Amino acid sequence: MDSSAARRELVIPGDVIETHGLKPGEGTYVEGGKVFASLLGIRSEHGGYVDVIPLTGRYIPRADDDVVGQVVDLGPSHWLVDINSPYPAPLHATESPWRVEFGETSHFMDVGDSLLARVISVDETKRVQITMRDQGLRRLTGGQIVEISYSKVPRVIGKSGSMISMIKSYTKTQAFVGQNGRIWVDGDPKDVIHAVRAVHMIDENAQAAGLTDAVEDYLAGAYGRKEG
Amino acid sequence: MVDVEPVEKEIQLLDANERRLDGRALDELRPIKIEAGVLRRADGSAHVEWGGNRVLAAVYGPREAHPRHLQDPARALVQCRYNMAPFSVSDRKRPGPDRRSVEISKVTSEAFSAVVFTEQFPRTSVDVFIEVLQADAGTRCAGITAAAVALADAGIPMRDLVTACASGKIAGKVALDLNKEEDNFGDADDRAADWGDRPLADGRPPHRRRVRPSDEALDRRHQADLRDAEGGAPPAVLHRGVR
Repeated sequence: MDSSAARRELVIPGDVIETHGLKPGEGTYVEGGKVFASLLGIRSEHGGYVDVIPLTGRYIPRADDDVVGQVVDLGPSHWLVDINSPYPAPLHATESPWRVEFGETSHFMDVGDSLLARVISVDETKRVQITMRDQGLRRLTGGQIVEISYSKVPRVIGKSGSMISMIKSYTKTQAFVGQNGRIWVDGDPKDVIHAVRAVHMIDENAQAAGLTDAVEDYLAGAYGRKEG
Repeated sequence: MVDVEPVEKEIQLLDANERRLDGRALDELRPIKIEAGVLRRADGSAHVEWGGNRVLAAVYGPREAHPRHLQDPARALVQCRYNMAPFSVSDRKRPGPDRRSVEISKVTSEAFSAVVFTEQFPRTSVDVFIEVLQADAGTRCAGITAAAVALADAGIPMRDLVTACASGKIAGKVALDLNKEEDNFGDADDRAADWGDRPLADGRPPHRRRVRPSDEALDRRHQADLRDAEGGAPPAVLHRGVR
């Protein structure tokens, strides 16, 4: 791909970033013709842009993100869902997979229930709309939710889903990775424990090289075999 | 009130070689140690040891601003609370906000509002808590420094790290980073907060500087900045990680 994988450069807010002719991307700002970092993170080059990939931070929803949410409040025709961001996300009854009569939202989901959803839109004042009307989106009835820093979600997913599919095939669990840093895992309790440990491993060592191999070693050790 | 400890009012703050009580030169800072990520439940945190000062800063957010009427639909609020622990000074400080800490909180939140990209998080607030555990003059500057590191640790986008330093006049000379004796028995004091490691006089917008100190004090700070930039004695910043 490019050289950023080999050379991980840590930047802090206010650091000057060498662009090498690339455009300033996320986590940067331009002032007086120079590009500066606005975040604590790793400098990276991707698709003609120089970005700073944050080490920490709060999840800010974007359209088309898959999220794992939790119902925190009910209205007569909507649920209010916590999606681990500063903005609560209302889920309107028409965006649910059921035919909900006015005032009967609690028959389908109540406060405390967890669900898989997708962000439809986020406007400029960060008003969020989410939906459950798509394949695979539903209310959760079992399993476990692991919470990690949202900035490490891409590592949990891996290149074109390689990491999460490896975890799923070793542990024979079902899993759903929300962009908001919440990961739902379901299966045999023993397998879920291994899957959760693997996710924590990724969360703690997200900046390490050869992470996929380390996780595979752990899973192979736990299950006493290598998957073909 | 009667002085409990009778102290000698005439203290020689500078010796013949312009060395101060603790052996520092006029433009020399006390030793600084900064550690980030010290609190587990905060989004970002930092502990600063600056001479005899011990300051803890915690950052929460961006999170939903409460009460709701404070929310700004266009940008985030930066709210600060500077607080001194009752045991931070030798005479017990009466706990709770007083006129001094309210003012420091206000000025600190204004300093950070200027550097944080607040427009990226409308309707939210970023809450900064500064707790002075042990005071030895210049606690607001140590607090601002700690809060800047804690904000970076929380992953909040900002233009630069804010740094702050006090200055004052002792024995007729302008000196940087007064300690307690110099603060108590010196002639005057002031302080300034600034953005990061770039020199002061490079045409930055005027909101960078909240307090306008004397030209001589600024010049001394500028020299100290340059010396740090040349690798004189930069503060050691450690990062312990979130967990």
